[in-house]
Amino acid sequence: MKFSDFVAADAIRSHVDADTKEGVIREMARALVDAGKIAAGDEESIIKAILKREDLGSTGIGRGVAVPHTKHPGVSRLVGTVAVSPEGIDFESLDGEPVQLFFLLVSPPDRPGDHLRALESISRQLRDDSFCKLLKAAKQPVDIQHLLEEADSHGVVS
Amino acid sequence: MAADSREPSTHAGAAVPCGETISREVVVANSQGLHARPADLLAREARRWQSRIELVADSQRVDGKSILDVLTLAAEAGTRLVVEATGPDAREALEAIGSLFDRNFNEHAGSQTT
Repeated sequence: MKFSDFVAADAIRSHVDADTKEGVIREMARALVDAGKIAAGDEESIIKAILKREDLGSTGIGRGVAVPHTKHPGVSRLVGTVAVSPEGIDFESLDGEPVQLFFLLVSPPDRPGDHLRALESISRQLRDDSFCKLLKAAKQPVDIQHLLEEADSHGVVS
Repeated sequence: MAADSREPSTHAGAAVPCGETISREVVVANSQGLHARPADLLAREARRWQSRIELVADSQRVDGKSILDVLTLAAEAGTRLVVEATGPDAREALEAIGSLFDRNFNEHAGSQTT
């Protein structure tokens, strides 16, 4: 699965204002609402579901990356977005490090395979340190979009 | 995405342990597949052991101690994997990891928790 299959370009944020776990999740959910990818009426229940999932164990998977996610009946296909916090946010990550790079995913309840394939794409590309660093250093959403497009078309050298 | 044939990765700086390699087949039984939470549990368990732990799917071989590597398998429910352990505590490691699969990573078969 390619990043372009699930990342809403209009919802990418290169510098989030939030400095807390809940704050960044809220900001990313709002970005998806503003981009027309999730309904405003579903926003709060999606945020609640993502936070509930985080309570079971942080999705901060290490290397300064987190993948907050949930299933929600409000979406008919997998939607997601990317955000960067240059300062880093305490996300109770598995390795204890602050998180700079966030991939938020909302998938339809009946499509566990799509969710797995999105996680696969993210984790495969993020094994590459330089790709991680470039994403974290992006100044504009369009820079992130270009990096994701490049990864989609060429993969990254690892 | 096509499966890759990447060389097995080991943690940078970690010596590759010597010793026999033993393996067992496991099946991903939980309905949601090997998603973030079970991948985390698996990598955590694997890191408890000195032995090198690798997971082998059809054409992929990954480091069982890396959650990122485990997630690249995108192993759905029903996927058969081979767990290989090499090192002084290979037998115990394999038993512990096999038991995680046997217990469905403590998820109910129909769980909606990802």
